[in-house]
Amino acid sequence: MIKVKINGQEQVWDGDPNLSLLWFLRDEAGLTGTKFGCGEALCGACTVIVDKQAVRSCVTAISDVAGREVTTIEGLHPTGDHPVQKAWRQVNVPQCGYCQAGQIMQAVALLTENPKPTHDQIREAMAGNICRCGCYQRIENAVHLASTGV
Amino acid sequence: MNIVTDPKTLHEFEKHSIKVEKISRRGILKGIGVAGGLVLAAPLMSRQAFAAYQTGASKMPHGVVVDPRVFVAIAPDGIVTIVAHRSEMGTGVRTSLPLIVAEELEADWSRVKVRQAHGDEKTFGNQDTDGSRSTRHYLIPMRQIGAAARTMLEEAAAKRWGVPVSEVKAQNHEVAHAASGRRLGFGELANDAAKQPVPDINGLKLKDPKDFRYLGKGQVSIVDLHDITTGKAHYGIDTRLPGMKYAVIARPPVTGGKLTSFDPADALKVSGVEKVVEVKGWPWPSKFQPLGGVAIIARNTGAAIKGREALKVVWDGGANASYDSAAYRKQLEEAARKPGLVVRKEGDADAALKSADKVVIGEYYIPHLAHASMEPPVAVANVTGDKVEVWAPVQSPGGTREDLAKTLGIPEDNVTVNVTLLGGGFGRKSKCDFVLEAALLSKAIGAPVKVQWTREDDLHHDFLHTVSVERIEAGLDKSGKVVAWRHRSVAPSIASTFAPNVLHQAPFELGMGLIDMPFEIANIQCENPEAAAHTRIGWFRSVSNIPKAFAVQSMVGELAAMTKRDQKEMLLELIGSPRIVKLDSVKDPWNYGEPYDSYPIDTARLRRVVEVVADKGKWGRDVAKGHGLGIAAHRSFVSYVATIVEVSVDDKGKLTVHQVDTAIDCGTYVNPERIQSQIEGAAIMGLSLAKYGEISFKNGAVEQGNFDSFPVIRMDESPLVTHVHIVPPSADTPPSGVGEPGVPPFAPALVNAIFAATGKRIRALPIGQQLET
Ligand code: FES
Ligand code: FES
Repeated sequence: MIKVKINGQEQVWDGDPNLSLLWFLRDEAGLTGTKFGCGEALCGACTVIVDKQAVRSCVTAISDVAGREVTTIEGLHPTGDHPVQKAWRQVNVPQCGYCQAGQIMQAVALLTENPKPTHDQIREAMAGNICRCGCYQRIENAVHLASTGV
Repeated sequence: MNIVTDPKTLHEFEKHSIKVEKISRRGILKGIGVAGGLVLAAPLMSRQAFAAYQTGASKMPHGVVVDPRVFVAIAPDGIVTIVAHRSEMGTGVRTSLPLIVAEELEADWSRVKVRQAHGDEKTFGNQDTDGSRSTRHYLIPMRQIGAAARTMLEEAAAKRWGVPVSEVKAQNHEVAHAASGRRLGFGELANDAAKQPVPDINGLKLKDPKDFRYLGKGQVSIVDLHDITTGKAHYGIDTRLPGMKYAVIARPPVTGGKLTSFDPADALKVSGVEKVVEVKGWPWPSKFQPLGGVAIIARNTGAAIKGREALKVVWDGGANASYDSAAYRKQLEEAARKPGLVVRKEGDADAALKSADKVVIGEYYIPHLAHASMEPPVAVANVTGDKVEVWAPVQSPGGTREDLAKTLGIPEDNVTVNVTLLGGGFGRKSKCDFVLEAALLSKAIGAPVKVQWTREDDLHHDFLHTVSVERIEAGLDKSGKVVAWRHRSVAPSIASTFAPNVLHQAPFELGMGLIDMPFEIANIQCENPEAAAHTRIGWFRSVSNIPKAFAVQSMVGELAAMTKRDQKEMLLELIGSPRIVKLDSVKDPWNYGEPYDSYPIDTARLRRVVEVVADKGKWGRDVAKGHGLGIAAHRSFVSYVATIVEVSVDDKGKLTVHQVDTAIDCGTYVNPERIQSQIEGAAIMGLSLAKYGEISFKNGAVEQGNFDSFPVIRMDESPLVTHVHIVPPSADTPPSGVGEPGVPPFAPALVNAIFAATGKRIRALPIGQQLET
C-alpha cells in the first residue's frame, strides 16, 4: 500500500508499485491536467512538482513518491491565479494548449529555484518541454513576465 | 433561432449539458438541438448570399448552413450561446467563428458562451477543419447568422413597443429605441425573438466594418485560455467514463502487414491487464480503417503499455516489407531525371533549355515527415447495442461519424461524435482510424474503451507527409535572364491511401506549388513522373507546398548566386510584372477549391509581401561575420507569405536562427493576434522539419520511435525572435488561409540564409549533420 499526498490530499494505491505517477494521476486519481506526450522523459508534457522540484511523472514510479508531496496543475493555485498562470494568460501563450500544463509546472519550478532567470537561463531550463505548436517565444516572455512583473 | 426561453426547455437544455459535463468534465456538448424549436432544415445558402465574393464552401460535403436557430441560443438571463462547429486544434477557430457571430449580433463577448458542436454535418454544414478554410468559408455565413439573430431581436423589440423596426437598434447586448429612450436586454427579448420568422438571409444588412468592435482588432483571448492554464481544458485524452477500460494496440509494423499469431499469456500476467483482444485490420490501401493488430485491455494506460511489452506476437510483412528509404530515394531521383507526365506547358522548355546560355539544375529531397502532435491519437468509444457514442479529438467530426456508421454497420443517426479539444492536429486528426479502433474494441468487450496511442505508435503508424524529389532545371540567356523552367515533381500521392495503383499526384497536390508556380518565364514545363506508395500518405500542415516551395524558392537562391544578384531582386524579377496568372495549359488548376475569380494568383500581392517583409525585416542589413540572410515567398491556401531568416553557423557547424520576419497577406481577417501566433508557430514547425524532420523506413518499418530519434525544435534552439507583419487588406479582399501558409517559405528562406552565411547549399532535408565540419 502506497500513500502519497497529491495537491494536499492523501491518495492510496495498492496496485503495481512500478506504475508511473503519470498514469496513476490521470487514470486512477482522475487528475487529467497532467498530460502524456512521450512516456520517455523527452517532452515534459507530464511535468509535476514533487517537493518543489519539477519531475517527469511518466518516468517516476508511484513508489518513488511514497510519502512525498506532489503538486499538479490542478493544485497550483485554488483559483488558477498563480503568477505564472496569470502571466501565461497575459501573454496569450497557448495555441492548442496541450503542452502548457507541463510548461507551467516547469516554469514554476524554475522560478522557485531561480526567481530572476536571464533569457538564456529560461531557454535552457525550458528546453526539456516540447511545444509542437511552437509557442516558445511567448513561453519565454511569460516566464520573464512572471519573474519580473514586466 | 434556438432561443431558449421556456423554463422547461431551458431546464432540458441545461440538464442535458450537465449530464454530458459530468461524464466528461466539460467543454463538450452533445445534441445542441435538444432545446426545442430547432429546425433541422439545412438551407444551403443561395449563391447571392455571398454577395461580396464566392468561395468554394458550398462545394464542400454538406455545404454551408446559415441558420441562426442552429448556431445561436439566448437564455432569459441574457447569456448568448454560440455554437462552434469546427474543431479547435490551436488555430483559435473555436473563438474566432463565434466571435464573428457575436460581432454582427451586437452581443457583448463577456456574456457569450461557446458550445462545441457534435459531428453532424446535416445540421451544421461541413465540419472538416482542414485546408486553412474555416475563416475563408465562414466569415460571411457567420456574419449572416449573427445579423439574422440581431434582426429577430430588433423585430421583437419593435413589436413590443409598437414602433417601426427601423427606429430600433441592437447595440451591446440590448435593443434601444432612441426616440423614447426605452431599452430591452437580449434576455428579455429572447422569448419574443424566438417567435419571429427567420429573415431572408440575402436581404440582411451586415454591419459597416468601421463599426466593428471585435473583428480585425485582436484583443480577444481564446475562450479556452483559463481552462488551459489551470489544467481543466478537455482534450481527447481526458475523457473518462464510468467502467471505462484502457487499451493500447500492437499493430503490424509494415503498412499492409498482417497478424500471423500471438500468445497473450505473458501479457495477461501483467498487473492491471484484463484482456487481450484481436483487432480487425483492413486490406491495404486501407483508407482511414484500422491497421488491425492485438489490443491489451487494462485498468489503466500504464498497465496496458506494460502488457503490450510482454505480448508475444508474430507479423507477416506483406507487399511493403521491403520498403527502404535509401533505395526509394534513388528510385525517385532516377524518375526525376527522365521525362514524366506533363501537367503544365507554356512555350517550349525543352528547346529553350537546349539553347540556353547556362542551365542551373537543382535536385531537392524532402523526406517523409510525421505530424507528432503533442497529444498522440486517442479516442473513447462506448458501444451499446446498435448505438455508439465517441469522444475524440477529430478534425473531421462528420467524416468520423460516417466512417463509424459504416464500420459498425449501423445508421448514422445511431452515432454520436463528441468533439473534444485537439492537442494539436496538423492533419493527422483528419483521419479517424484511432476512433474506429476504439469503437471496435468497445463493441468487442461490451464496455467503454479508451484507445491510447503512444508516441511510438504515432511515429510508426502515422499517415505520413509524402517523400519527394523535386528537380528543377532553369535555363538562362546571355544576359542572365531566366528563359526556361522545367520542374519535375516525384512523390507518392495521398490518393494512394484510398485506391490501389495510384502512381501520379492528384490535382490538389500538383496545385500546391507546381502547376500554380507564379513566375513570369517564357517557357515553363511541369512534369509529374510516377511514384508508388509503400506506406500511408496523408495531409501534413501545408501538404505538398512543403517540398515544392522548398525546391522553387531554393532555386531562386541558386539563380541569385549564379548570376551574382541579390536574392530579393532575383525573386521579384522571377515573379515578374503585377498580373493575374493565367494557367491555360493546366487541366485542373484546383486553386484550393476556390473560384479563380475570387481567389486568382495575383502577383501584385505576392510582390507586396516580399516588399513588406524586406522593408520591415530590414532586408540587406549588415550582419555579423558568419551570419547570413535568406528570403523566400510562396502563395498557398490562397494567402501570400514571405519570410526572411537570419542565421549564423559557427565553426563547428552549429546553426543559430537569430531572427525571423514573416509578412502575410491573408485578405480580410478576424483575429490578428491568432494570425501572429500561427505564424510564430509556423516558423518553429518549419525549422523542425528543415533541421531534423525525417521518418525513414528499413525492411518496411519506420526507424524512428520517439522524440530522441525524431527530434523537433525545443526552446533553446528556437529563433531568438520572430516578427509577424500582417499586410492590411485592401477593401473587400476575401479572407484566405492562415493555419498552413506560414510553413512552406520557412525552410527555403532558411537554406538560402545558410548559403549566404557559409556558401554551402543544402538540397536535401533534413539539414541534420550537413553543416558539421
Ligand atoms: S510524457 Fe513525460 S516527458 Fe513526455
Ligand atoms: S500549445 Fe500545442 S503543443 Fe504547445
